[in-house]
Amino acid sequence: MSTETGTGQAVSATETMTIREAIREALREELARDEDAFLMGEDIGTFGGVLSVTGDLVDDFGEERVRDTPISEAGFMGAAVGAAATGTRPIVEIMFSDFLGVCAEQILNQMAKNRYMFGGKAEMPVTVRTTEGGGMGAASQHSGTIHTWFAHLPGVMAVTPGSARAAKGLLKSAIRSDDPVFFFENKDIYEQEGEVPTDEDYTIPLGQASVEREGDDVTVVATQRCVGESLDLAEELAGETSVEVIDLQSLYPMDTETLLESVEKTGRLIVADESPLSYGTHAEVVARVQERGFFSLDAPIQRVGVPDTHIPFSPALEREVMPDADGIQAAIDRVV
Amino acid sequence: MVTIDIKAESGQREMLRRMLTIRAFDTRAGELFADGELPGFVHLYIGEEAVGVGAISALEPDDYITSTHRGHGHCIAKGLDTYQMMAELYGKRDGYCNGKGGSMHIADVDAGMLGANGIVGAGPPLATGAALTASYKDEDRVALAFFGDGAVAQGQVHEGINLAATWDLPAIFVVENNHFGEATPVENQHNVEHLSATAEAYNIPGFTVDGMDVTAVYEAVEEARARAAAGDGPTFIEADTYRYKGHFEGDHEPYRTKDDIDDARERDAIDRFKTRLVDAGVITDAEFDDLEAEVEAEIDEATERAQDAEYPDPSEAYEDMFGAHVPEIEEFAARVRTDGGERQ
Repeated sequence: MSTETGTGQAVSATETMTIREAIREALREELARDEDAFLMGEDIGTFGGVLSVTGDLVDDFGEERVRDTPISEAGFMGAAVGAAATGTRPIVEIMFSDFLGVCAEQILNQMAKNRYMFGGKAEMPVTVRTTEGGGMGAASQHSGTIHTWFAHLPGVMAVTPGSARAAKGLLKSAIRSDDPVFFFENKDIYEQEGEVPTDEDYTIPLGQASVEREGDDVTVVATQRCVGESLDLAEELAGETSVEVIDLQSLYPMDTETLLESVEKTGRLIVADESPLSYGTHAEVVARVQERGFFSLDAPIQRVGVPDTHIPFSPALEREVMPDADGIQAAIDRVV
Repeated sequence: MVTIDIKAESGQREMLRRMLTIRAFDTRAGELFADGELPGFVHLYIGEEAVGVGAISALEPDDYITSTHRGHGHCIAKGLDTYQMMAELYGKRDGYCNGKGGSMHIADVDAGMLGANGIVGAGPPLATGAALTASYKDEDRVALAFFGDGAVAQGQVHEGINLAATWDLPAIFVVENNHFGEATPVENQHNVEHLSATAEAYNIPGFTVDGMDVTAVYEAVEEARARAAAGDGPTFIEADTYRYKGHFEGDHEPYRTKDDIDDARERDAIDRFKTRLVDAGVITDAEFDDLEAEVEAEIDEATERAQDAEYPDPSEAYEDMFGAHVPEIEEFAARVRTDGGERQ
């Protein structure tokens, strides 16, 4: 099949793969492409990653390039910063994003600030991959969605793919970038399948959203798992309400233009993201759209997210707080 | 090839010059700060010169160092230019960081100086990373982290050393034990008599040297470098030194007496090295006086030029956040500023 992507890149061939496979393929291709790139994290080598993302990469690239670390996030995050500043291209895996607090210093004060503090005279080509999200009964310390913290942090970029295609295209851009990029994987959708370009030069620019389904009545801009929930809902509602679904893809930089174009058409906007609702990713989208698209709006913008709780353990409780198609449907019903 | 060969008389004179340069630079920085000339904070290295000069002279010029908030001495020992340093202290465009970093963040990555650092204990993991690059690329380079006695209590220092030790990386960890972590005496922060004892936990060599004897520091680091370069992993060196000035300029120092400082001055690194060189006939008293005058003139010139240098244009505040173009910064900057010119 042949399609035209939002980047204008002609894509000649695709393959059906899961998000987990798409991430592994992106890593495989970039390790093969650039000898300075290497992976570092806990149990990512022979064990293949605790959520099986790195898989067999150690067999192809060896233990130097798929490097198991001690359980020492501050140590290896700091080492990644020092390594990146001196000419390598580390790709760090933090097993669960909840653990980013353990190594926050090296991110907040070193990785994010060195280029600027040194007057632009330091490169910082680090990619940090980590997992987010509820749905596994993993309880509060292994289920958080904290990408807003990093999208808010000046000096780093943050991306949140919602499809296999986005996962591969964004991760390749992240690895090739000379800036620090946080790549947030929602662990509940690792098995979600999609069509992924096989061209090794296929990338998605950081800072680009993707219109996944066109519609006229309401726009749902979603991230990660909420993209699939929104697409399923849009399909269900077809004929009744015409829903446009956008995968935001990149939290920072953010593709405000694509959001504004969509809202100009639909006049209504729902923001669906699995982070807590207060002071968050939702709020940033709302602010940007109202600043520049206020007069396109026909209804108040609605937010769908976690109602400012942690993610509880019991399946009965976990389902209660996780944003899903029902919540998005309710938000649409409020404004359409 | 070491940065400065201590066996050569010219090398000994150069090490003396660098120690004098550090003392003159930081003495001037303290005066300028007291006069209200310098914004921000300054942390002075006076008294600790032998550690920076001894350690860095024994490294090769391409080797990496990470520094601390008390970093001026490491910069000068690494060969950085005193004018560009002083310009940075003033926040001028000619400074090492174009005025964006100041005293606490002077860096020259191309020269292997990976940055002074405002976060106590942040350097060791960074040095481990630089050593990882050297190992990964099979380069003959080592990375040396300077950190203070206070930093030894930080978790990330442990993590950085453990990682380097576990992976046998070419790293050297140098604790500058100046006896105070900010305003708290070292014995109130640690449960060991010698901080070098912690090396045992990593199964790496650890020893304490007289940090006010530049030769002792040099020899320790020379040995550590050879070990690192041979692939035998890191070494932990505690340099016993003393901070003559407060933690920061303006510190009223209730935690010690003038006698404590005078006692430390009895073993002053510059006096001792000078005496040794005079006794050995490497330098005469008159030549020492000339050297001191030359250094003083260099700092005079650096200061005058820095005073006269231009500040960065305010619009430069929006530069250097990323390598890539990020539209947000441009858009928000445009809201702060009118038509790219004067601030509203």
